[in-house]
Amino acid sequence: MNANQAAESNLLAPNQQKELEDLPKDYPLSTSEDEGDNDGERKHQKLLESISSLNGKDRQKLADRSEASLKVSEFSVSSEGSGEKLVLSDLLEPVKTSSSLAAVKKQLNRVKSKKTVELPLHREEIERIHREVAFNKSSQILSKWDPVVLKNRQAEQLVFPLSKPQSAFAPIEHVVNGWKARTPLEQEIFNLLHKNKQPVTDPLLTPMEKASLKAMSLEEVKMRRAELQRARALQSYYEARARREKRIKSKKYHRILKKGKAKQALKDFEKLQKVNPAAALEELEKLDKARMMERMSLKHQNSGKWAKSKAIMAKYDMEARQAMQEQLARNKELTQKVRAASESEEEEEGQEEEEEPLVPDMVNGVQIKANGLNPWMVQNHFTDAKEAEIQKDLEDPAEPEAQETSESEEERAVVEEETLLKQFEERRSLRQKSELNHMAEPVHSHVTKDPGSQEVLSELRALCQKLITENHQSGKQELSSARTAQREEPAREEEEPMLLQRPKRARTLDELEELGREECVENKELPRTAVEGLQLEKNLSNHIGAPKEKKRKEQMIDLQNLLTTKSPSVKSLAVPMTVQELEDEEERDQRQIIKEAFAGDDVIRDFLKEKREAMEASKPKDLDLTLPGWGEWGGMGLKPSAKKRRRFLIKAPEGPPRKDRNLPNVIINEKRNPHAAAHQVQVLPRPFTHHRQFERTIQTPVGSTWNTQRAFQKLTMPKVVTKPGHIIKPIKAEDVGYRSSSRVGVAKDGWSRRKSSHQSNSGRPHYYLDDIVTGQEASPQCFSLAHDGEIFQHCLALQVGGACVLCSHHKLDVPFESPPPKVGMACRGPAAFDSVALQLFIS
Amino acid sequence: MKVKMLSRNPDHYVRETKLDLHRVPRNYDPTLHPFEVPREYIRALNATKLERVFAKPFLASLDGHRDGVNCLAKNPKSLATVLSGACDGEVKIWNLTKRKCIRTIQAHEGFVRGICTRFCGTSFFTVGDDKTVKQWKMDGPSCGEEEEPLHTILGKTVYTGIDHHWREAVFATCGQQVDIWDEQRTNPICSMTWGFDSISSVKFNPIETFLLGSCASDRNIVLYDMRQATPLKKVILDMRTNTICWNPMEAFIFTAANEDYNLYTFDMRALDTPVMVHMDHVSAVLDVDYSPTGREFVSASFDKSIRIFPVDKSRSREVYHTKRMQHVICVKWTADSKYIMSGSDEMNIRLWKANASEKLGVLTSREKAATDYNQKLKEKFQHHPHIKRISRHRHLPKSIYSQIQEQRIMKEARRRKELNRIKHSKPGSVQMVSEKKKHIVAVVK
Repeated sequence: MNANQAAESNLLAPNQQKELEDLPKDYPLSTSEDEGDNDGERKHQKLLESISSLNGKDRQKLADRSEASLKVSEFSVSSEGSGEKLVLSDLLEPVKTSSSLAAVKKQLNRVKSKKTVELPLHREEIERIHREVAFNKSSQILSKWDPVVLKNRQAEQLVFPLSKPQSAFAPIEHVVNGWKARTPLEQEIFNLLHKNKQPVTDPLLTPMEKASLKAMSLEEVKMRRAELQRARALQSYYEARARREKRIKSKKYHRILKKGKAKQALKDFEKLQKVNPAAALEELEKLDKARMMERMSLKHQNSGKWAKSKAIMAKYDMEARQAMQEQLARNKELTQKVRAASESEEEEEGQEEEEEPLVPDMVNGVQIKANGLNPWMVQNHFTDAKEAEIQKDLEDPAEPEAQETSESEEERAVVEEETLLKQFEERRSLRQKSELNHMAEPVHSHVTKDPGSQEVLSELRALCQKLITENHQSGKQELSSARTAQREEPAREEEEPMLLQRPKRARTLDELEELGREECVENKELPRTAVEGLQLEKNLSNHIGAPKEKKRKEQMIDLQNLLTTKSPSVKSLAVPMTVQELEDEEERDQRQIIKEAFAGDDVIRDFLKEKREAMEASKPKDLDLTLPGWGEWGGMGLKPSAKKRRRFLIKAPEGPPRKDRNLPNVIINEKRNPHAAAHQVQVLPRPFTHHRQFERTIQTPVGSTWNTQRAFQKLTMPKVVTKPGHIIKPIKAEDVGYRSSSRVGVAKDGWSRRKSSHQSNSGRPHYYLDDIVTGQEASPQCFSLAHDGEIFQHCLALQVGGACVLCSHHKLDVPFESPPPKVGMACRGPAAFDSVALQLFIS
Repeated sequence: MKVKMLSRNPDHYVRETKLDLHRVPRNYDPTLHPFEVPREYIRALNATKLERVFAKPFLASLDGHRDGVNCLAKNPKSLATVLSGACDGEVKIWNLTKRKCIRTIQAHEGFVRGICTRFCGTSFFTVGDDKTVKQWKMDGPSCGEEEEPLHTILGKTVYTGIDHHWREAVFATCGQQVDIWDEQRTNPICSMTWGFDSISSVKFNPIETFLLGSCASDRNIVLYDMRQATPLKKVILDMRTNTICWNPMEAFIFTAANEDYNLYTFDMRALDTPVMVHMDHVSAVLDVDYSPTGREFVSASFDKSIRIFPVDKSRSREVYHTKRMQHVICVKWTADSKYIMSGSDEMNIRLWKANASEKLGVLTSREKAATDYNQKLKEKFQHHPHIKRISRHRHLPKSIYSQIQEQRIMKEARRRKELNRIKHSKPGSVQMVSEKKKHIVAVVK
């Protein structure tokens, strides 16, 4: 026991120890206090005796001891004679007067008033009480964690580590000075920095900067400043000028400017040619490249918004017409070179090259160039020649009508009633022709009979000649110019296969098609196999003769109606370039492709059939109980009679109406699908109480497809987030704003009040004082100040789970024998509690 | 002339910097995104399958010990440092990033029974079969210096376990009694006993640091209060508990690894019923350690596997085993909650991922978003049969698999017997005992 206590005292915090040291003072005083003056008393007695003997008169006789006595008193008081019980008052009587015995008397009185001290409890019992009390205390301390734990368990997201590392504030100088380069890289960087003498602490100016500042004298500075000023003034002047010039709207001015510039450029170029031919060549190449770039862009294709608007305006506006012409000229110029290249290509192929280029130029120069010369396109059409053929077939019917008009363009003069725009277009084509073979003008002069157009044409011709002189002319062109009208026909024939290779373009150039058809008789040898089918067909039609041609045309139109493809709008001349036409074609193409892809695919009928089958299948079946051969003859080839069958056929009752009977586009399958069922939840999962709750959680999507970014992030927030490489320490009281519990127990007579973090069962928020006055180690200690001002002492063990049950402390000395004292009583003050705690501790 | 033209606010479509993401306008009209549930279900199914495909938890094996690894300790200040004590008295300090042993000490004769680090990470303590407690410096001796402990305490009895206080210079050992030591003294400042038994493990509460828990071979778990130098309460279970571990986030929760194949999570204020009984092991559970997040714990078992349990679930979420891993004696969850270490009989320490399919290293924000989304989907559709089946499926070694079957049969038989007993006795005289209560023999105050 002693050892145990010693150990205990060892463990106790210093102030607690002090308390314990205090304790002995409060012990009830023992009777040994008077022992000190015992000796003196005896001497005094002796003295008295000797004095009385001297007197001799009233000398008392000492009682002789005649027999053995059990009770021998020092004070010669014997109970022998009286035979009565000795009472304390008897003892006190003789010393009544003696003042020296007052202290003893007082003591004895005190002893008399006290009750006897109860027997100390058994050791095991005491230990048990100790444990009980300690357990209650510690579980009270632990229960302050309840709200924290609950909060963390229910938290939507917990980010660990819980406590953020405190960023220490230190002046930057300290940090910088304290830092040292350790790795080689750091050292290298440091060396570099030091070499430059970059100030680390004072980031004002580098020494170099300072030196340079000092080096400049006043005059130098002034000069420099003046220089700078001048430069700035000049700059602003030029800027202003440029702005002014930019704002000039006069076209004339700009034209002159441009011309001047062009001249200048030409001059420069010539000069350069003389001085430095290599550089000139380079320059030329550059120009060439620029031209190529220009050509690649569709700027001059007459298909732009501007061109279209101009085309409309051209009817009335001379200027617009002019602009248009200019553009066309530019286009022509740009396309010129390309044509030459194509010719060379053709040459290589070993075909008749001389006449070939003429026809496309005549009809629709630009488009042919755009399409035909693109090797990619050619390649493409080679690969799916079959497709092209089919398309060609389909397109055929549209063409004959156009053929005539185009022919009239070619052979006859332009018709009067054609619009001015058309004339314009035609003139363009004519001009192209003239431009190509201006030497063979007489050949073409008979083509244009219209006097109205004649004058414009002359104008154009002049222009063209000018252009052509600028253009370099290949020998091929000269050759072509030399050719006669008679040779024109074979040339077209040669063009045929080329056209067939590019069905898209051929479609638009109906006239060419027509031409081809006429000439194909002569053209026996066709190089492309892909064309053969068509060619054969055409041959056939030609053999039959002209009368049949018309019939065939009608047939084809019929076919067209059947396919309900959009017929190409017949534009009299060379308009196929316009965008609308192209779009139409594309659309038609698309439709065609889709139609071909889904040929013989009747989806609707299939669906209806499927639905009918589903309905049949879902109908309840009749039950046929006929037994063949029962009651009549049976055997191979014999069927039970109709009568019998009727008799034994049990008709099934009508099933419930189908849900999809009024929905023509839907089949509703009401059967349970075992394949789908395998993916369905069979039993309602645990936390849910109703299937609708569960379904609701499933039906709200969480993906970013259905939610905004913010909502998606919030929905997919993980419950626990840990940062890699961070040490997660156990939670601390300080983290959650509690005082650490080790201090709570130690605080002494602090009536320090704090709000209870949890509420009592009754729901009354109360304040409790978490400390005791004395003996806190051995007792259940908590006084609580209820909201109504009463003071309670809680039995803490019973406070687990927030229940606030009270226990009076006088029960503590018979403590916890019975199962935990459930009934509470209002307690007295802390003073009363004191003594009990003390008692407990002593025992 | 008035010119009408479309005008748009550039703020709506122009990025502020070129590092910003392009703003993609989206139409959230639900009619444009039909079949959300089936589509998400498919995604969840795919996510579950992929999780299983990528589940490769084993990272490394640290070999070097010449006997079974008996105890492990982690450094509270460094994630990379791990200490291990072997059955031949050798202590090794490992560097996890290099996966190498950086120091070897012959610390004791006989087993190293327990090892623990000081809260500051500068030194560590070992106890061994040679009745000594030794304190060692964490850093190795400088050259020329001999490898010697800082302090050695010679005790009277064998110490079987040791744990250090979380904030003060105090440690506790256990053997025949629980001793609390001041680091500066050679005598314990207090010894606590409750009956006579050999205590196998003692652990300080990491939050309320004056509390201790211990488990002894007479099947009990005893709680102590260090300040009051007294035991608090004792709970006696069916079979003996090997170790306990306190929850680092919930002050009153601890888990006990028991010989009866189960783990018991207790609220220390109500010891008569465990909060949860965790059962999945098929042999004695030898060690348990909490994740620093306090949401899960890992247990090592004699059945040559380690399992990860959520604190609030009775079944394990994961089981790790390898062909060569023998009886796992000790296990630790690293302080960043990403890895698990296990020391086993066959002299190896193994490093595992705590989440088997987690991608290691830095994730881009898109990857992170995708994993979060997948996790959420798995959680959302977790009750669907296919997803449940795939996510729960684990390959097990034959020994464990067959033992699970066997134990299932045994358990079913026991249940049947109990039901029969109830059926054939007077109504109300025999009560069905819940699984939680079944294993608690008594609580002693």
